[in-house]
Amino acid sequence: MTEDVQFQPASDQSLLLYFGQHVTLDVHLRIRKLLRLLELEPVPGIRNLHPAYCSLLVDFDALNLSHAALEAILRSYIGRLDTLAVPNSREREIPTCYGGEFGPDLNEVAALRGMTPAQVVELHASVTYVVYFLGFVPGFAYLGELPEGLATPRLMSPRRSTPPGSVGIAGNQTGIYPFATPGGWRLIGRTPLAMFRPDRKNMSFLSIGDRVRFAPISVARFSALENA
Amino acid sequence: MNVIQVEDPGLLTTVQDLGREGFGPIGVSPSGAADPISLRLGNRLVGNVESAAGLEMTLLGGTFLFPQGAIVALTGSDFGATLDCAAVVLGTSFEVAPRQTLRLGPTRSGARCYLCVRGGISVPRSLGSASTHILNGLGGFGGRPLREGDVLRIGSATNPFRKRTIAPQISERFSSRKVLRVTPGPQVDWFSQPSLHSFYEGSYRVGEQSNRMGLRLEGTPVAPRRAGEMITEGVSLGAVQVPAGGLPIILFVDQQTTGGYPKIANVISADLHCVGQLRPRDEIRFEQVTFEAARSLLIEQEQLLASEDSILE
Repeated sequence: MTEDVQFQPASDQSLLLYFGQHVTLDVHLRIRKLLRLLELEPVPGIRNLHPAYCSLLVDFDALNLSHAALEAILRSYIGRLDTLAVPNSREREIPTCYGGEFGPDLNEVAALRGMTPAQVVELHASVTYVVYFLGFVPGFAYLGELPEGLATPRLMSPRRSTPPGSVGIAGNQTGIYPFATPGGWRLIGRTPLAMFRPDRKNMSFLSIGDRVRFAPISVARFSALENA
Repeated sequence: MNVIQVEDPGLLTTVQDLGREGFGPIGVSPSGAADPISLRLGNRLVGNVESAAGLEMTLLGGTFLFPQGAIVALTGSDFGATLDCAAVVLGTSFEVAPRQTLRLGPTRSGARCYLCVRGGISVPRSLGSASTHILNGLGGFGGRPLREGDVLRIGSATNPFRKRTIAPQISERFSSRKVLRVTPGPQVDWFSQPSLHSFYEGSYRVGEQSNRMGLRLEGTPVAPRRAGEMITEGVSLGAVQVPAGGLPIILFVDQQTTGGYPKIANVISADLHCVGQLRPRDEIRFEQVTFEAARSLLIEQEQLLASEDSILE
């Protein structure tokens, strides 16, 4: 089934491929399968891949490939996705200390959604999220789907810097900031886990497709884990 | 072991090679030299492979002591270099005697000057590259810009010194353009005709907040006509994205790998090295070309670089 796939040149050396314009788990699975196939059978001339919610950006070397040639190859790969098994998902737990200095926006989110802070924490930690993709900065996982009751718009003016490990929510997504970066997501907690470490074998704690749960922890537990 | 002692790092000096490819799925951007053409040429002048690691200096160069001497070349912008107080020519390899000091000052032309040394700068590779990504602490010398007192190792090499110079036609061809050629961005239809007109007819000033992640432009805003948020997607090198305020940002080598703002245009690959030489307050303009023209320009550029007479001995 390739008729719902759209191709769009993004630059003279990159091609965007859209599986429609709706974020669904089905589309997510197709993107993961396509990534897997491109890993198993690499295409000479492809330099980099950037998966996202319903798209895949493919960077290529224009000295070896053209938009048209790459599109033909990708269409043939997409035609084989149905024969591919879904890659295994790992289960990951994110110990998180909610509220206080670690989650400066927790009270505001609660007020915006007509809940108590404790209810926000309970709801946030009650579901299993899927890592739709990693992007923005190394190790930043876009997790969905946030329970409807927690959906909250971004901050009007983003923070200049967000402490590493901060757990934020934006729209119907949640995520964890691996680095001190500017950020417009509302911060409700913080994890002591290092989400990205260049000196670790698995640099990124999370990978595309992982199934993730947040586990509320105390400030004392946070300090103990942070110093572990 | 031959080394370089950093007596003064300058404003912002990092170890860079041609970057790391293939780590998009974990959110890692390529990094690498902001003006890769200058790094490649500099490496050829000292007899290295084009992808060897060198030092990228920004706006204000540093002071470097070579206790055991070295074979060195400077490329990119003219930072008024001197070797023990004698002027050094840009784009020509030269020998540094033991205990000599190479001193660079403020730029006299573009934003970046490259110091290439025979054997390359030797640092541990991170994800296959020596390139520094400052925000992530990846690669380079401890994942950070150089500081006073740092001691950099020079890779071993035994090829004899030959005085090499960049051919005049190459220097001419790769001199920095202020009119950047672009192809249409994936969300070009989010912008009205008047917005597109002012984007291509007006000029923009490079903002002070610009860095290796992105160049913020000041000028006529080009607000997207469609309201509502875009679904986050991958962004390519040189993408010109337009946030809600309408002031474009050119995403550059240390860029975010995905983003949710519409892209009006994308700088062509053949002009990306010019972006690396833009300074804050530079005036630039955009000129649209077709994808086919962009590809032809890149192929022509690579053929020119590969030709035997691009470097003179």
